[in-house]
Amino acid sequence: MKMKKILVISLLAVFGVYLAEALFQLDFGRQFFQQGVKDFYLVTTPTKLQVANVVTAIVVNFRGFDTLGEVTVLFLATTAMASVLYKGRHQLGERAVLFSGSRIVTTGSQLLFPAIILLGAYVFIHGHLTPGGGFQGGVIIATGFLLMLMAYADYSVSHIALSVVESLAGITFATIGLFGMVYGGSFLADFLPNGTLNNLLSGGVIPIIYIAVGFKVGAELTGLIYTALNEKD
Amino acid sequence: MIFYIVLIFFLLLLMIGAAVYSIVQKDLLYAVIGTGLISLVLSILFLLLQAPDVALTEAAIGVALTTIIFIITIRNTVRTEGETYTAKPLKKDAK
Repeated sequence: MKMKKILVISLLAVFGVYLAEALFQLDFGRQFFQQGVKDFYLVTTPTKLQVANVVTAIVVNFRGFDTLGEVTVLFLATTAMASVLYKGRHQLGERAVLFSGSRIVTTGSQLLFPAIILLGAYVFIHGHLTPGGGFQGGVIIATGFLLMLMAYADYSVSHIALSVVESLAGITFATIGLFGMVYGGSFLADFLPNGTLNNLLSGGVIPIIYIAVGFKVGAELTGLIYTALNEKD
Repeated sequence: MIFYIVLIFFLLLLMIGAAVYSIVQKDLLYAVIGTGLISLVLSILFLLLQAPDVALTEAAIGVALTTIIFIITIRNTVRTEGETYTAKPLKKDAK
């Protein structure tokens, strides 16, 4: 047992030494550090891309492929959690919330629910103009559904509708990327006209991708909460 | 300016206090509320440091979703630290 541990640690040490050596030899990004990549982003984003929110432009336009990876990671995490917790359709009626809240709680949730959904939609539709974006808007929408699920014992969300919305949003994101490949020359290239600064319809593909990401994240997190709340031993 | 610095230091101290509280506290429900307080103060700090989109994310995920998932977990397992969780035997499918 002890021999095995020593062997593992020495193997990891050798691996780490070689990895560090290889990484120190790389010259990756050094010329951009000297030039100042932040100046490039801050100058290019409002003039060439016509996007007011620089963070959104970096996340969706310059680093669009990374965002696709992030969405995939979130999708895999929720799928794994659902596959662990989901126990079949016949047990879905059981809810960890056993009784509805008082009248004040239920009425207040009904009043707040449309406002929260509207705020989430506003955040992801205006992702290229104001702070926020697809992830933030989706999470806000999921908290709205969470409020309703906590307030009502018999509030239910259709799993099929959630997965349809999620899949359609994911397909939209990937299709936009493929269109960019056909018309712009590379995956997720900006092929739409950029419009004028501070208009709602500006920034090329950014609004479309962020609306898709907002729907996807909202549906995924709502499904995650719903599965977790229905899990009962 | 001095007010701004004092406010930031007060919020940082509040965060450290909440973190220590949630480590020391034996009742896990109170500990989870403590971690939610950390996230709330952190999102205010992000807003003060001019990162409004990070503040939005932190407020929605840290305060709401993470806390709720922890509370659901506590509800399905045990509430106080040191107690051991014994899983109930699974119900057999009626067939």
